[in-house]
Amino acid sequence: MGGNSDVPLIVNGKRLDGRKMDELRPITIEAGVLNRATGSAYLTWGKNKVLAAVYGPREVFPKHETNLYGSVVRCRYMMAPFSTEEHGRAGPNRRSREISKVMREAFENIIIKEVYPKTAIDIYVDILEGQGSTRVAGLTAAAVALANAGIPMKDIPIGVSVGKIENQIAVDMMKEEDNFGQADIPLAIAPASGEIILLQMDGKMTREEFVYALDLAYAKVDEIREKQINALREFFKKSSAAVENEQDNSGLNTIEQQSEPIQQSSEESDAGNEASRNEDSGY
Amino acid sequence: MVMVIDELKKDAIRELIKNGKRDDERGFSDYREISIKTNVISAAEGSADVRIGKSRVIAGVKLEVVEPFLDRPTEGTLTVNADLLPTAHETFEEGPPSEESIELARVVDRGIRAAEAVDLKSLFIEEGKVWGVFVDIYTIDHDGNLLDTAALAAVAALQTMKVPEYKDGKIVRENLTPKPLITIPTQCTFAKIGKEIIIDPTYAEELVADARITYCVGDNMLYAIQKAGSGSFSKEEIISLLDKSFEQRKYLLSLLNKL
Repeated sequence: MGGNSDVPLIVNGKRLDGRKMDELRPITIEAGVLNRATGSAYLTWGKNKVLAAVYGPREVFPKHETNLYGSVVRCRYMMAPFSTEEHGRAGPNRRSREISKVMREAFENIIIKEVYPKTAIDIYVDILEGQGSTRVAGLTAAAVALANAGIPMKDIPIGVSVGKIENQIAVDMMKEEDNFGQADIPLAIAPASGEIILLQMDGKMTREEFVYALDLAYAKVDEIREKQINALREFFKKSSAAVENEQDNSGLNTIEQQSEPIQQSSEESDAGNEASRNEDSGY
Repeated sequence: MVMVIDELKKDAIRELIKNGKRDDERGFSDYREISIKTNVISAAEGSADVRIGKSRVIAGVKLEVVEPFLDRPTEGTLTVNADLLPTAHETFEEGPPSEESIELARVVDRGIRAAEAVDLKSLFIEEGKVWGVFVDIYTIDHDGNLLDTAALAAVAALQTMKVPEYKDGKIVRENLTPKPLITIPTQCTFAKIGKEIIIDPTYAEELVADARITYCVGDNMLYAIQKAGSGSFSKEEIISLLDKSFEQRKYLLSLLNKL
C-alpha cells in the first residue's frame, strides 16, 4: 500500500484497464485439469494465472500431525519465480506463509473434516502469473479444486478483493492498484451463509468507506460463484459423456440405466443448485 | 502442567462465555490490566516492556544505516520481526520462525506501516543512505493476546525512538534526537467463542476460540485487519467490532499518551 499519489490509477473516470469501479476482470475457470491430483482447477482472472491442486484424503505424513477425529487440512500458496515483473526467489517466503495460513483457516471452516478421520487434505495453490489479488484468485480456484476432488464441504467459497484508489472504492484490485492504491482488502465469503471466512485489510479507510467496500464485495459474490459452478458443471458433463462413450464401446446393453444417475447429478447442479445448497449447508 | 490445566479448563470456559461470564470475571469488552514501561533497554534507540495481564512483550528499536529501497530512494526503512521465545510458552520451540511468529510480525508491521506512524521521509541521510528502523518483538511470557501486547510494545518503543547522529561515515549513538511517531495506531484483538465475541482473550480463551480478528485503527481511520482461525464472522459482526476498536482506542491511547 504505497498511497503514492504520483501514479494515476483513474483516467477519464476509468481504471487503468478500462474497468468501472464495480467491475471485475474477466474470470475463466476450468476444473479437473491435472492427471494425478484428486481434484484440480486452472483459473485466469485478468492476467492472473492460477493452478490449484488437491491431494487427498490421504495418509498423514508426518504421522504425529494425524487427527483421530477428522482430516488435517493443509494449504500451500506460492508464487512462481517467473510470475511477476521481477524474478522472485523460489520457495516459500514470509508473505506466502502468512497467506497459506489464512487460506488454510478459511478452508478449515468449509471442509467437513469429520468425514475422513486420520487423513490429510493437501491444497496447493500455485500462482503462475500474478497481477494483483492473487490470494483471493487462488482461494477461488482452490475451492473449485476441492469440489472437483469430491471433498465434502459446507459450501464453495469465493474470494474477491476490494480497495480504495484515488479516494474511490473499487472491486478486484489489479497489481498497480494494490501497489499504489490507498487500501486493499482481500476477503473470502461462504455464499450460502454469507459468512466471512478470510479477511485482511491494509491501508487507510474510514468506517463509511469500509462498509461500502464490504457491500461491494458482497455484490460480486454471485458473479464469481457462477464461474465456479459452471466450471464444475462442464467438468461433470465431460466426464459423464466420457463414461457413456466407454460404455458404448464396451457394448453393454444397460447403457441407459447406468449412465442415468451420473446425468442426473449434473442435471441437479444445473437447476436448483443455489436453493438446495442453502437448505443443506447446515448453517 | 500449565498446558494440562488450560486443556482441562476448555469446557468450563466455553460454558462461562455462553453465560456471559469470563474466567477472570472480566466483561466481554474489558482488557486485562495493562502496564507499559519505556526505555527499558539502554542500548536500544527505543524500547518498551508491555504487560497485558500475564502476557509480556519487550520490543526494542535499533537504527542502522542502510540502503533505501529502489522505489523509495529518499525514505528510511521499517522492519518488524517477532520471536516467540521458548521462555514464554511450552508450545514455542527453537528453530526457524513459525507461522504464528511470521503472522504476528506482519500484522503489527502492517498496522504501523499503513498508519504511516514512523516519519520515514525524515530518515534520509544522503544519497544511497537512509536510516533503517528495526523493531524486534520479544515475547517473554504468553497468556494470550500476544498480538495486542506486541503491537502496544512496538508502538511504545517507536514512540520513544531517538535517532543517532551520522557523522563522517560513522554512527554516533551518543548524540540522539527524539523522533516521536506522527500518528499513533492502536490495535484491538477479539476472539469468537461460539456466538460470543470477547476482547483481549487469555491463552485458555484462545484455546477454545473459533476465530480471532484484529483491527488496527487511528482517529476515525482503519489501517489494518487480520482475521484468523477456522471460524467465521458475519458482515455485521465485522462492522460492529470495528466500532468497538474505535471505542477501545480512547483507552489505549490514554495509556500511550502517559509515556
